[in-house]
Amino acid sequence: MSSNPFPLAKAELLQAYRTMRTIREFEERLHVEFAKGDIPGFVHLYAGEEACATGIMMHLTDIDRIASTHRGHGHCIAKGVDVHSMMAEIYGKETGSCRGKGGSMHIADLSKGMMGANGILGAGAPLICGAGLAAKFRGDGGVGVTFFGDGASNQGTVLESMNLAAIWNLPVIFVVENNGYAESTSVDYATAVDSYVDRASGFGLPGVTVDGTDFFAVYEAAGEMIKRARQGGGPSLLECKMIRFFGHFEGDAQTYKAKGENELNRATRDCLKMFAQRITHTGVITAAEFAVIDREVASLIDDAVSTAKGAPLPTTRDLLTDVYVSY
Amino acid sequence: MARNISFKQAINEALDLEMRRDPTVIILGEDIVGGAGSPGETDAWGGVLGVTKGLNAKHGGRLLDTPLSESAYIGAAIGAAACGMRPVAELMFLDFMGVCFDQILNQAAKFKYMFGGKAKTPVVIRAMIGAGFRAAAQHSQMLTPIFTHVPGLKVVCPSNAYDAKGLLIQSIRDDDPVIFCEHKNLYALEADVPAESYAIPFGEANVVRDGKDVTIVSYGLTLHRALEAAERLAKSRVEAEVIDLRTLSPIDLDTVIESIEKTGRLVMVDEANPRCSIAADVVATVTQNAFEALKAAPQMVTAPHTPVPFSPVLEDLYIPSADGIAAAVSKITKTALAA
Repeated sequence: MSSNPFPLAKAELLQAYRTMRTIREFEERLHVEFAKGDIPGFVHLYAGEEACATGIMMHLTDIDRIASTHRGHGHCIAKGVDVHSMMAEIYGKETGSCRGKGGSMHIADLSKGMMGANGILGAGAPLICGAGLAAKFRGDGGVGVTFFGDGASNQGTVLESMNLAAIWNLPVIFVVENNGYAESTSVDYATAVDSYVDRASGFGLPGVTVDGTDFFAVYEAAGEMIKRARQGGGPSLLECKMIRFFGHFEGDAQTYKAKGENELNRATRDCLKMFAQRITHTGVITAAEFAVIDREVASLIDDAVSTAKGAPLPTTRDLLTDVYVSY
Repeated sequence: MARNISFKQAINEALDLEMRRDPTVIILGEDIVGGAGSPGETDAWGGVLGVTKGLNAKHGGRLLDTPLSESAYIGAAIGAAACGMRPVAELMFLDFMGVCFDQILNQAAKFKYMFGGKAKTPVVIRAMIGAGFRAAAQHSQMLTPIFTHVPGLKVVCPSNAYDAKGLLIQSIRDDDPVIFCEHKNLYALEADVPAESYAIPFGEANVVRDGKDVTIVSYGLTLHRALEAAERLAKSRVEAEVIDLRTLSPIDLDTVIESIEKTGRLVMVDEANPRCSIAADVVATVTQNAFEALKAAPQMVTAPHTPVPFSPVLEDLYIPSADGIAAAVSKITKTALAA
């Protein structure tokens, strides 16, 4: 038995791998299913970015809240939202997590502390300040984490919220998922600073930039920030530099990317592969053990897709319900 | 026991009573305590017009002055509501919705539906509305129809202190997001208000004057103009029934239609701009549902389709007047008004 050089026990490493593999399989499968034309609307895939959601969410429990983005499937899975209900939601089925009324961009599960994917960029930042405020009033030690991309980082809501979180010393983490592209527009063009840490320091917030494809870098940086927030040390900002394997949305021809960019990234900067290789090199977990998880996850996603396809559609009655608690 | 108190005091009292009753009620907004971090008094203002004055002394720590960042703090109130609190956020002037509307329109209003019924957002957004304060185009608007257009929001607009207290208590206890509109020119208006707590249910219009010849429907400040017009019309032997809608979402059109079935005539008075407004909506709904009962074409007496002007002479022309309401009634009752 090899000694474990990692900051997580073997069972936790296996759990992290399972989460990342589930996100990858979910997204790769959606890419295929979307191309068949069975999935309505817009779908934004998180493949390539799994280490970020997983590295952060390993520190959170159900009392902690997250506010997600339009690219929210990975956050949902890492926060513990049921994969079957997510898949059914994306297919617009009555059995979906939002009973078919939200779709890919609005999957939520408040019982898991998942306050919703969000179709409005930067909208999660004010909401997570509210989650942090509620946790502070309750005194339950809960924290809030809001995710936003390099694009949404330029929304006033995000900047206002960093200031608000700072002056109220809220237990909130701002996570910039910098994948280099706001839809098709490069971060170099659209953002005036080179580092989001500079933005954070403008609001008096500590900030760190990490390689978001390195699970352990994300895990360790997020761990410190979340611990500090729980102990009343206030908000901070984490910039994760990451890779988006697919387009902005499914159907995006990605002509704005360099030739061969996706292939090169998949070959050299695949966070899931790098995670597995780093661990198997030490012998803490064998490739065969990971392969077992791969098979289990593949069959889980298979089942989620076939169950979703066979699930009932919402009925006419569902159109008019759930607008108000009472009216 | 009822005492004569102002609209403004009634609101303060509702907030006080609900904060005492429910520890999850918190208040946040700009200058709602006043003087935060300043060298002088730390409870300096109690809101820009003093509505929340004194609450901080009773409920210290549960009133949060905010930076001038409406998106951030209105959004934080909405987020906190989704996490089990009952925040009352003050937007100061409803005109400021322009800088934070996404959080109201795309977040608070939609959580319940978009999340398949599994969310509730019990937030109240209080704001001043209306013209007559010489505050010009960006501090005087009656933006109620913008909010009634959005499914998922409730919209409340009391015309007197008694209703203000009962409707605000109901708003705080309600599990849906509520836009609570306070006409700033009603703040000083006094009424008999019980000292104890009471809630007025939403969606119940108030018939404030009985009449048989015409139904005048309004809400907020112009309800008083309608009553003034009704007094004047009585001198010409025209008996106007006057209905105060009180809540705009939900809206009690049953009471309006019941009245139209008696009077056969409708004059809808609304301080908001006329197009795509609550006035237009009430007229359309009555026409669609009670066409046979109508003896004349329904009339709308509203502000013109302009921004609110500054100069007092223009602003007074802008707000629907008792004269204008009486003239509309005179037209459809074919009655010459007594001098």
